[in-house]
Amino acid sequence: MAELRYTKDHEWVRMDGDTATVGISDHAQNALGDVVFVDLPEIGREVSAGEAVAVVESVKAASDVYAPVSGRIVEVNSALAEDPGLINREPTGEGWFFRIEPRDPAEIETLMDEAAYAAFLESQA
Amino acid sequence: MAESPHDTGTAPLRETPLAALHRELGARMVPFAGYAMPVQYPTGIVAEHQHCRTAAALFDVSHMGQAELIGTGAAAALERLTPADVQGLKPGRQRYGLLTNEEGGIEDDFMVANLGDRLFLVVNASRKQDDFDRIAAALPPGLRLARREDRALLALQGPQAVDVLSTLAPDVAKLSFMGIAEMTIAGVPAIVSRSGYTGEDGVEISVPDERAEEFARDLLRLPGVAPAGLGARDSLRLEAGLCLYGNDIDATTSPVEAALTWTIGKRRRMAWDFPGAERVRQELADGPKRRRVGIRPEGRQPARAHTPIHAPGGAQIGEITSGGFGPTLNGPMAMGYVAPAHAEDGTALELMVRGKALPARVVPLPFVPHRYAR
Repeated sequence: MAELRYTKDHEWVRMDGDTATVGISDHAQNALGDVVFVDLPEIGREVSAGEAVAVVESVKAASDVYAPVSGRIVEVNSALAEDPGLINREPTGEGWFFRIEPRDPAEIETLMDEAAYAAFLESQA
Repeated sequence: MAESPHDTGTAPLRETPLAALHRELGARMVPFAGYAMPVQYPTGIVAEHQHCRTAAALFDVSHMGQAELIGTGAAAALERLTPADVQGLKPGRQRYGLLTNEEGGIEDDFMVANLGDRLFLVVNASRKQDDFDRIAAALPPGLRLARREDRALLALQGPQAVDVLSTLAPDVAKLSFMGIAEMTIAGVPAIVSRSGYTGEDGVEISVPDERAEEFARDLLRLPGVAPAGLGARDSLRLEAGLCLYGNDIDATTSPVEAALTWTIGKRRRMAWDFPGAERVRQELADGPKRRRVGIRPEGRQPARAHTPIHAPGGAQIGEITSGGFGPTLNGPMAMGYVAPAHAEDGTALELMVRGKALPARVVPLPFVPHRYAR
């Protein structure tokens, strides 16, 4: 399995073949608390890196989720409608949000790797 | 991912006497009304909420304002600022009331209790400075408002709260809903009232600052008691249909609009001798321009405060003032103001959430039935 890359907005992204799977980090789910609803993007939507494309609602608040890379939304995780708690339980696994067909797969390489993200979190603490 | 902005102050935050205990318990501290307060502990808001509905939850509400009004004629003096019947309040009893302004708006909501030789007041943290200044300025000679900045306030809430607290102080079980008494609990002099902000049975306990931490630790050692933060406090009070000052009521909303007419004493409604009486009288006769109602969005998506409310397919007719997800309700819930024509239970509404119309209905409050010890 390919490695995870991270954004400063706490999304993770992973290349699976031609598509990039996107979710929110364990740090992010922990900060949000219990997730109760997710608003996912429409399939086929063209998005730019940094664009707000999904919303995650916890008991406490609503938060935007941004596209880590530019491309086209090709799939969303429909399991989240029934069980948004997946995001808390398996943030980097079954709790993924959507898949993007990236315009430029190399864009992912510009994002933080695991060690860089850990250092980033440390610097924010 | 980014959270919506909230409470961003620049002044240094005050702490309650329990700040060290909160950190020891792993609380996430957030700014609230000028204080660093625990929004949740490691168990999380939903678990803390459920614990309060099934057992007993301990909340630190020491940021709230406490004061004593001392002297002959204290009740009559306070009535110059509120439509509540304070003079009719018997010793050992507490009452919920509103401080109103000359325009009939709500300056704050508060609790007033008759402790026999003095009145005991609890007001909102964000309003305490203003409230106490206004009360002090309105007092005739011979009366004194003693601000109790030296006391902490703890709320122990839930169906097991009174049972477990009775093991330390049997007299607590003798209080009925909205009863209040001074007693010693675990060696600490306390003012205990059987009231709260969760819709559950429970008590609020005022204790001296310097004894607050040991007292809180004693309560946390009782079986079934767990700490809960402001996050759970908010979801609990919204399920109970209770107003949050600054959200659901403010200096522009009237008691009639807010569906809090019941806080106006009968005698006060004969005499019309409180600030804003003219507006209240006119709205009771002709109907208010808007009404606070309960709202249930369809599906699972919450609608938060400031969400515009529309008639189905039509114009805006109001706004959400509090909205979120109810863990006990297991669904989204909201309160807001709508034009009177749309305030009947069952009326269809549309909530404009991120540009999309979310279908919803007006429902009776509370969302979760109160379980007070009547």
